[in-house]
Amino acid sequence: MNLTLKIWRQKDANDKGRLVEYKVTDISEHMSFLEMMDVLNEQLINKGDEPVAFDHDCREGICGMCSMYINGEAHGPDKGVTTCQLHMRMFKDGDTIYIEPFRANAFPVVKDLVVDRSSFDRIQQAGGYISVNTSGNTQDANATPISKIAADQAMDAATCIGCGACVATCKNSSAMLFVSAKVSQYALLPQGQVEATDRVLNMVAQMDAEGFGNCTNTGACEVECPKGISLENIARMNREYMKASSQG
Amino acid sequence: MALSALFLMFFLLQHFAINITSVFSADIFNEISHFMGTNPLIQYVMQPILIFGVVFHFVMGFILELKNIRSRTVKYAKNNGGANSSWMSRNMIWSGLAILAFIILHFIDFWIPELNIKFVQGDMSGLLPDGEGYRYFEELQHKFVNPLRVGVYVIAFVFLALHLLHGFNSAFQSMGANNKYTKGLETFGKAYAILVPLGFVFIALFHHFNH
Repeated sequence: MNLTLKIWRQKDANDKGRLVEYKVTDISEHMSFLEMMDVLNEQLINKGDEPVAFDHDCREGICGMCSMYINGEAHGPDKGVTTCQLHMRMFKDGDTIYIEPFRANAFPVVKDLVVDRSSFDRIQQAGGYISVNTSGNTQDANATPISKIAADQAMDAATCIGCGACVATCKNSSAMLFVSAKVSQYALLPQGQVEATDRVLNMVAQMDAEGFGNCTNTGACEVECPKGISLENIARMNREYMKASSQG
Repeated sequence: MALSALFLMFFLLQHFAINITSVFSADIFNEISHFMGTNPLIQYVMQPILIFGVVFHFVMGFILELKNIRSRTVKYAKNNGGANSSWMSRNMIWSGLAILAFIILHFIDFWIPELNIKFVQGDMSGLLPDGEGYRYFEELQHKFVNPLRVGVYVIAFVFLALHLLHGFNSAFQSMGANNKYTKGLETFGKAYAILVPLGFVFIALFHHFNH
């Protein structure tokens, strides 16, 4: 298929940036979206132009690196997939495809389609962990009884890959789905209880400090999340936050 | 935001319960209106709480919107919001502004004349100028004679319904309520969001055609 691409080009963080139009031809419907981008970049390199910078790593939907806003949706028009899992069969011959970086002030553009998502790292560092003594006397995790329901819900929350699609798609650039998934995966397990109060207060404070917007429950994040993280996690985090706030 | 929303939704239901009596009995409506308008607990405790709730909800709504706009200063060239969220959820500020405009009109229509009669003229009797019965039902009917005003009220209640269609369940989600009862609550929320504004529209139209 032949396509017209309107891609955001931005030299560096200080550049204003603009949409640039490219034509790509003979694109197979079996290609992944990133393979199509590879074809474009080969064309650009052969012409002596600067290739389009974009994030990618595992290319199998696990690492959370790819981060494109395609035709007005995070990770493109398919549901439950990352950009690397998006196939060109989702498009038609002659289509014009808009490709933009994930937009949020907390995700500044580094170059072209590459954004800096280290704000997520700082939120994780604020409390997204449990402190375990690893001196050699560590208790076997299986020695602590955990109900199947709690284990499954914690596992579901833990599948968040931190790609940032929730922020990109939210009209408010809210990071509530990401933060709530990280809070929930520990809040549901006994191992997470010791630091539960500090965790939620510190992670939410860091989220606010990074400049993310506020959640207005549009539910767009849940729909666009490639891992299907549920809004139940946001409600759980709100409960955790209210409980922690009342405890000081 | 969510707390004030829950409070205002409860108030709305109470307001509707009183107003709908005007369709069935002018006397009952008059009695309840006189009680609400002269009871010290309602006038000097509940009414200030209500005003605070309304102002707080609007101020917080504006602050929330401004903060959210500032969190993304470079907009997308192409954004397909309809693919993942409802129109109502994305436009709460606009439906909210329409409701604010309506509340100002509603205050001019009912609340300011009420304050004038009671606290400027000092007439707490609630009686008509000729002294023949209470004035509340007549005032209500008089307001809905003008078709233009009825039209504005109907449009305002459409915006109220749109606001509630998202706002009802959003308030519960913000308060941390998302569990096995959520599906049922969503259905109840949709029924509330449609039936209560529809009821107010019915009351306005009823009095317009029966004055």
